[in-house]
Amino acid sequence: MKFTCLSKGGGFHFSPCHMLNVSGFRILLDCPLDLSSLALFSPVPVAHQAHESLDTDSVIRKKQKIEKTLDANDLVHAEPWYKTVKNLHLWDASFIDVVLISSPMGMLGLPFLTRTRDFSAKIYVTEASARIGQLLMEDLVSMHMELRQFYGPEDSCFPQWMRWEELEVLPSELRKIALGKDCEELGAWMPLYRDDVSNLEEMAASLLKDDESAEEIEKLVFICACALDSVRVGGSVLVPIDRLGVVLCLLEQMSLLLESSSLKVPIYIISSVAEELLAFTNIIPEWVCKQRQEKLFSGEPLFAHVKLIKERKIHVFPAVHSPELLTNWQEPCVVFCPNWSLRLGPVVHLLRHWCSDPNSLLVLESGVDADIALLPFKPMAMKVLQCSFLSGLSLQKVQPLLKILQPKLVLFPKDLSCKIQISEANMIFLFSENETLRIPSSKESTDIDIATDLASKFRWKTFKQETITRLEGELFMDHGKHRLLSGFQPANSKQQRPLVHWGSPDVKVLLTELSKMGISGTIKQVTDDAKSEDDAKSENAAAIIDIHDPEKALIDVRETGTVIIAANENLASHIVKAVDIVLDGI
Amino acid sequence: MAIDSLVLGAGQEVGKSCVVVSINGKRIMFDCGMHMGYTDSRRYPDFSLISNTGDFDNALTCVVVTHFHLDHIGALPYFTEVCGYKGPIYMTYPTKALAPLMLEDYRKNMDRRGEDEQFTSDHITECMKKVIPVDLKQTVQVDKDLQIRAYYAGHVIGAAMFYAKVGDAAMVYTGDYNMTPDRHLGAAQIDRLQLDLVITESTYATTIRDSRYGREREFLKAVHTCIAAGGKVLIPTFALGRAQELCILLEDYWERMNLKVPIYFSAGLTIQANMYYKMLINWTSQKIKETYATRNAFDFKNVRNFDRSLINAPGPCVLFATPGMIVGGFSLEVFMQWAPSEMNLVTLPGYCVAGTIGHKLMSGKPTKIDLDKDTQIDVRCQIHQLSFSPHTDAKGIMDLVKFLSPKHAILVHGEKPKMATLKERIQSELGIPCYCPANNETVTVPSTHYVKADASETFIRSCLNPNFKFSTYSSVDKSYLDSKYSKAASGLQVSDERVAEGILVVEKGKKAKVIHQDELLLMLGDKKHEVQFAYCFPMHTERLQKTRTEELPSADTLLCDLDKCTLINQLSMKLSNELSDANILDLGEQLQVESFRVSICSKNSCPHRLSHSVHNDSESVFLCCHWSLRDEKLAWKIISIMKSSSPHTT
Repeated sequence: MKFTCLSKGGGFHFSPCHMLNVSGFRILLDCPLDLSSLALFSPVPVAHQAHESLDTDSVIRKKQKIEKTLDANDLVHAEPWYKTVKNLHLWDASFIDVVLISSPMGMLGLPFLTRTRDFSAKIYVTEASARIGQLLMEDLVSMHMELRQFYGPEDSCFPQWMRWEELEVLPSELRKIALGKDCEELGAWMPLYRDDVSNLEEMAASLLKDDESAEEIEKLVFICACALDSVRVGGSVLVPIDRLGVVLCLLEQMSLLLESSSLKVPIYIISSVAEELLAFTNIIPEWVCKQRQEKLFSGEPLFAHVKLIKERKIHVFPAVHSPELLTNWQEPCVVFCPNWSLRLGPVVHLLRHWCSDPNSLLVLESGVDADIALLPFKPMAMKVLQCSFLSGLSLQKVQPLLKILQPKLVLFPKDLSCKIQISEANMIFLFSENETLRIPSSKESTDIDIATDLASKFRWKTFKQETITRLEGELFMDHGKHRLLSGFQPANSKQQRPLVHWGSPDVKVLLTELSKMGISGTIKQVTDDAKSEDDAKSENAAAIIDIHDPEKALIDVRETGTVIIAANENLASHIVKAVDIVLDGI
Repeated sequence: MAIDSLVLGAGQEVGKSCVVVSINGKRIMFDCGMHMGYTDSRRYPDFSLISNTGDFDNALTCVVVTHFHLDHIGALPYFTEVCGYKGPIYMTYPTKALAPLMLEDYRKNMDRRGEDEQFTSDHITECMKKVIPVDLKQTVQVDKDLQIRAYYAGHVIGAAMFYAKVGDAAMVYTGDYNMTPDRHLGAAQIDRLQLDLVITESTYATTIRDSRYGREREFLKAVHTCIAAGGKVLIPTFALGRAQELCILLEDYWERMNLKVPIYFSAGLTIQANMYYKMLINWTSQKIKETYATRNAFDFKNVRNFDRSLINAPGPCVLFATPGMIVGGFSLEVFMQWAPSEMNLVTLPGYCVAGTIGHKLMSGKPTKIDLDKDTQIDVRCQIHQLSFSPHTDAKGIMDLVKFLSPKHAILVHGEKPKMATLKERIQSELGIPCYCPANNETVTVPSTHYVKADASETFIRSCLNPNFKFSTYSSVDKSYLDSKYSKAASGLQVSDERVAEGILVVEKGKKAKVIHQDELLLMLGDKKHEVQFAYCFPMHTERLQKTRTEELPSADTLLCDLDKCTLINQLSMKLSNELSDANILDLGEQLQVESFRVSICSKNSCPHRLSHSVHNDSESVFLCCHWSLRDEKLAWKIISIMKSSSPHTT
């Protein structure tokens, strides 16, 4: 087995990406997109500030590479490209056999992969992840449309901003986004796919469910409290958080809080896929936590938003310009909308609208580089609340998890290894990005199942320490298991005589055994052999037994072998029987 | 090792499905149903056969319920709350969600019939709390040794077939299933598994059905004709399943035909049930599933709630009323009112349990039905029997059994004579031993058991090596003997029978290991001692010598190389005539058959010669043979052939 970490990823939205080679089968684990790199681009510019980047001042300044504080003009004003996993390009997609997707975010990069020539891997993903992932991709495509419409159709396959001279004049922070730390990520940029989401092979898999931790709930309560403060003073709240779970919980908490505060503040959800996504969350009871599952059993909707939408406390609109939104709009309000990169989607328009309002609140996920993210909207008077949410497994939980799983081998990221002590019972391999790790097989032998009917026919022989038997049958492979079943031939038709011998025969004992069978002979010393007389073992090692009764025969006994010379089949076979007795054999 | 299947219900009948399977020390109860045709103790399975002390927790490892129909779950609250079983119970999410509705509806109806209440509303709630929901294809480790897994079965929402595995023994209990998709559900789906036993339903053991669309049209036509003439349509169903399926059908038809006649759900069929269906839409067919976002297929537009005052209201209507098969309760109440009018229509499912009114209506065309001693119902209304069913037909059962190819099959949930026919077919067509036990009978079948060992790589590789055998066949085949082709048909036959040969070594305190013969001595740390046979014997080649060496001046010396080869060659031909299937290698100076080698001995005193009375003349030549133990028989045969005649004679 060989393991290569293609990308460590970064946070909830950019899952890690690995390549596993198991006995020649190439398995890709997740295929995400690095949406954080969208920060490089400017959101759709508003009319009066369009193409400022081309004015002479800024060009000169850029050329002179004067480092100064970043401003919105430093961003790339072009149709955004999207950053895929850079090291994935080093692999031939047509050699991938299987793709395993662990989460909706883990499949955002799939269309780039599936459209490559000769891509023929099977993709496995749970039905729920596939559906949500597909909606996320559709939303991305629809948000991107706005920018595509603005910049018009692309004329070259190599955009202006990717030219070296353009990249060189980028401020260092942005250059890092564009090129990566080691200036090798340029190849990872791709123009976005169109609305041709691939067919996915679906398969159910199980999910490790975790209890919602109290800490996470506290964070949500805090956000809601801050939001309430803002709307009380007439400000609006903008929540560009794209974590479905967080949004669903916030929706419930927020509407409860607003209701109890008797403030008539509407909640809007603006996204091209929001309606479908919200509907979908209510038909996957198998995938939600135990407490929510109880709602299924008592006949209530899994999430309260069903009721809230019906009561018109939550409004769902496909886009900022949809007519229903325009007729229903009232401020202050609470808006949930994509995208957390602040470069795409409804959030761009709303942020422009509210950025100068000191009473309004923007809720961001931490992990987003707020300086760069907010660049196009400066100066910002709006309050910003950055909040971190649990993503993935926390380091403290690694140890307990390993205790439950008791794996023989553990692969662990090198850069995290210093932060945690893993008990020595586990074999640990540390991996780092783009470094292939050879994982030794944990077994030197294969498990085999032997059918009982075959096993019942064994003829056991006992030796000093072991009991051994010959076995014969037909070997089958089934679901990765080896099975030995009875063959076609009945076992008793086979010769039951030992075929392999070991040990050294005692000639005298052999003679005694022969005489018991009515065969008599004499020991004749061999002298003309290579064995010298003074060899201590020579008596046993090299001797010839001269059989004269019932017929003439010879037994040539040496250290490494015995030769039976007889003219009669019957006699020969009797001699072998005697040899079997004095030797060990099977 | 054996698998014992104790059939507590649905043995040679339909009703109170319940099979207790003991498999490698684990005991699983599949389904815990009630019989709708009885009101006495025969209504429930005879649980005392599981444990006469009533200690069910120790007697059973778990209970598995396949779907929410009462004949599969009806006795569960009684078993857990009255009998006191406290162990794990498994069912799918929809079954867990919907079963309480079914049970509650049934319980209410039983109240009305004034029977002894066998379980209460609280019993149902408490019972359902013990249920562990499972998803399709989710492997559940019940305990260290027992694994169960659910597979989609069609039939009703949430219906599942269950796979159970203990050690190497494995089985499938199908519950009820449908092999073709219907209006709202998909067809049953299962993996190809290695099974010792399949227990399958056999409701339609001998029926073969064609497409369901024609049959659906018949139903819609009957309903439409009735309401067009101002009649009332009564559709007695159980709370869930059939009701939603027919409702989807009617909604669709209503929309197409622009009908405004009301469709009612009786109290038992609360519209709330549709709430569950909406959440569980992922368990329906692909087509319905796709509607979740736009308009959930279970948002019925034309459906309203019914109350008793509407029974005699004027005008046409369609009413879904519980319970099905007109067992009693509200559907019976409405039936008594509507049956006397020939304008009205009653639709009945394809199958009604014996003892129900539904069953009486279906058998013949009764004009009067005696409800009890005092009550008689005039039946003048029309009866329509639904000819589509959520059960698989005989072909579907055969297909499934063939697909799974278990070592044994047991039929339950069917009618005795039809089951016997199907059993014969399974045995004769599929060659699978099949049983139809009656209630309270036990069927015992052997179970698979494997001995576990480690196998060395060399052993595995040696097994995978091709083992080609070439044999020439001539057409002495009797069937071709008199045909003119008899001469032409001869050729080389190649077979590849791969035989796994190895040695199993068991050392104290270690796992048994299968190794290749060559690895044994290394493992034991001993040296090999080769035991061989050898025999060097003279052969008279008088005539051969004379014909071949006339011109040679010194005939008393050794044969020249050329002649050695000629002799070997002749021997080889001789042997190949006598031993048709041996692989004879002519190596020039040496002849080899398996481990047997023969060459012309040129030594004056070969150690393999027994008599040294050498006739050192031209008529004699020594053939020195040696072979290993493996080919003892073959070797003696070759020697006797060589001795029997001079090679020259051929």
